[in-house]
Amino acid sequence: MSEYMIEIEGLQKQFGKIEAVKDVSLKVEKGKIYGLLGPNGAGKSTTIRMICGVITPSGGQASVNGHDVYTETDKIKDSIGYMSQKFSIYEDLTVYENMRFFSGIYSVKGSERKKRIDELIEMADLSEKRHVQAKFLSGGWKQRLALCCALIHKPQILILDEPTAGVDPVSRRVFWKMIYSLAAQGITILVTTHYMDEAESCDEISFIFEGRTIEWGTPKELIEKNGYDNLEDVFIGYVEKMTGEKVISKFDKVSFLHGEEV
Amino acid sequence: MNLSRFYAIIQKEFIHVFKDKASFIIVLMMPIIFSLVFGYAVTTDIEDIQIAVLDNDKTVESREIIKKFNSSDYFLTDYYVNSIDEIEDLISGNKVKGAMIIPSGFASSIQRGEDGNYQLILDGSDPNVSRVALQYGNLIASQYKLSKGVVEGEASFGLSTRVWFNPNMKSALFVIPALIGLIMQNITILLTAFSLVREREKGTIEQLIVSPVKPIELILGKMIPYIVIGSFDFMLALFFGTWYFSVPIVGSLGLLIVLGFGFVIVALALGMLVSTIAKTQLEAMQLVILILLPSVILSGFMFPVEAMPMVVQWISRVIPLTYFIDILRGIILKGVGIQFLWPEVYTLLFMGLVLLTLATIRFRKKLD
Repeated sequence: MSEYMIEIEGLQKQFGKIEAVKDVSLKVEKGKIYGLLGPNGAGKSTTIRMICGVITPSGGQASVNGHDVYTETDKIKDSIGYMSQKFSIYEDLTVYENMRFFSGIYSVKGSERKKRIDELIEMADLSEKRHVQAKFLSGGWKQRLALCCALIHKPQILILDEPTAGVDPVSRRVFWKMIYSLAAQGITILVTTHYMDEAESCDEISFIFEGRTIEWGTPKELIEKNGYDNLEDVFIGYVEKMTGEKVISKFDKVSFLHGEEV
Repeated sequence: MNLSRFYAIIQKEFIHVFKDKASFIIVLMMPIIFSLVFGYAVTTDIEDIQIAVLDNDKTVESREIIKKFNSSDYFLTDYYVNSIDEIEDLISGNKVKGAMIIPSGFASSIQRGEDGNYQLILDGSDPNVSRVALQYGNLIASQYKLSKGVVEGEASFGLSTRVWFNPNMKSALFVIPALIGLIMQNITILLTAFSLVREREKGTIEQLIVSPVKPIELILGKMIPYIVIGSFDFMLALFFGTWYFSVPIVGSLGLLIVLGFGFVIVALALGMLVSTIAKTQLEAMQLVILILLPSVILSGFMFPVEAMPMVVQWISRVIPLTYFIDILRGIILKGVGIQFLWPEVYTLLFMGLVLLTLATIRFRKKLD
C-alpha cells in the first residue's frame, strides 16, 4: 500500500500513432487538493481518464487508492467520484431522481441511501430544489448537483475535470468552499482548471505540456522559483519557454485595423 | 450483474420515457395511427374499375351486358363514348382503366348462339389492375353466355378451384397480420436507437463510464422499459388491427403473444446496436432508415419472398421481420401451432443473441 492516494510514474498513452500522454508523473497525498494545469490538448483529460480506470495506459505505472490502473479498475471506480465540466446529470430528472439514480449505480441502498441523499442536499443547499427538474437549474446549481452525485458513495478520491468552467464567480466561490471542507474531511482531490486563482488555492500543482509533466510543487514554490508575481505569469512563462515564442508576439504580426501599419 | 445498478437504470429509463411527451405520444398513438393509415392504403383489393363504353349496337342485349358489368362490384361504366379516339383520350387522361366495345350486330350474334364478339380493352400500364380486371371481365362474360344458353367449350367444366385460409382472397387478411409486425418493429427500433446516442450527445455517458456500471447492465437495463412498452404496443396493434379490419385470429392468442414478446426483444437489440454504432442522433436516424426501408419491401410484408431473385431472398432472410411475419400469418390466418414454427423461432432467437452480444461488445469498445 502506497502512502499516496494517487501515484503516477512515467505514464504514457498512445492512440494509434498519436502520443497523447508521453511522460506524466504525480503524487497526491491523502486529503490534499492537487491541481493539474496545462493548455488545452496538453493531455490532462487523457491522464484523468487513465486515473479513473476508463482507458488503459500504454506504459508507465499508476495506482489509485492503492489499486493498479491496469488490473484493478473495478476497485478504482468504486473509490473515486468524478465530475466533469459538462455536469453529466440528467436534465429531465429532478434533483432527487438524479441522486437516487447515482446512489443505485454505486450500490448505496436502503436507509443509507436516504440518509446520504438528505445529507448531500443539505450540504449543497438544494433542499428547495429537491423536486425541480435539473434543466430548470442555473449553471451554479447544476454544478452543485453534479458534485452531490459524484459524492453519493463517499469516495476516497474526488476527480474534478474543469469543474467551474462557465460558472459565475459567486457559484465558483461557493463551490470551492465545499471543496475545502471535503479536503478537510480527508477526501483527496485532483482538479484541472484554467483559473489561476483556483490553481493558487491548491495544496500542490503540476504543469503538463505536450504530454509531459514539466514541473510540480506548491503554488508558492513555483512562483518564487520562476521569479514571477503570480501563477498566471508562471503558466504563460512555461508556454513561452516550451514553444520558444512569445505568446503576445504572435498577435503583433497581424494588423487588425485598416490603414494602421504595425 | 449487480441488481442495484440494473434496477437504477431501468427506473431512470422509465422516467425518460414518461417525461418526454413526444416519445410518449409516439408510444401510444403510433400503433393505432399506423394500423389505420397502412391498413387502408396497403390494400390490393381492386374494385370499381372505371371503363368507357362504346356501344355500336344499341339493343336490349347490348344494354344488358353493360348493366352486368356495371352492377358487378368490379366495374363502373360512367363514360359512354361514340368513337375509338374518345376511348384513347380517356385512357391517356387516366379517366378510365379500360373500355368495352360492343360491335353492331352483337344482339343478332347472341341470338344465333354465338359469343357476340365484343371487346374489353385494358390499360396494361398498371398490370395489377388490368390482370384483375381481365379475370373479372372473363367471369362476367362467361356467366352472361351461360345465361343466354350459349354452350361452353369443354375446358370450362374441367377445373374447379378452391382457396384455403382466405376464401374471399381479401387482402386485409394478408396485410394486417404483417402490418402488426412492421409497426412493432418500427416503434421499438426507433425508441432504442436513440437511447444511448442521446446520452453520448448530452455527455451523461461519460459519468456512466467512470462508474462501476457494466455494459451488459446498461444495455439490458435500458431495454427492459422498452420491452414493456413494445409488448404493450404489440397488443394494441394486434387487438386494434384485427378488430377494426375484422381479421379473425384463427390460432392460439397465447402463442402469438409469447412470440410477439420475443420479437420485441430482437427488434430492441437491433435498435440498441444502432445506438452503439451511431455517434449522433442524426446518424442514428440514418441508420434506422437504412434498416426500416429494406424491411418494408423485402420482409414479405407486401411482396412474397419466394418470388424474389435468389440474392434478394438472402437479404430478406437476414431481416428478423421476415420470420416474424411468417409467424404472424401462420398463427392468425392458418392457425398453426408451435410445431410448425420452430424454424422461425430458432432463427429469431439466434438473431437476438447475436445482436445483443454485438451491441454489448460495441459498447465496451467505446470506452477505450
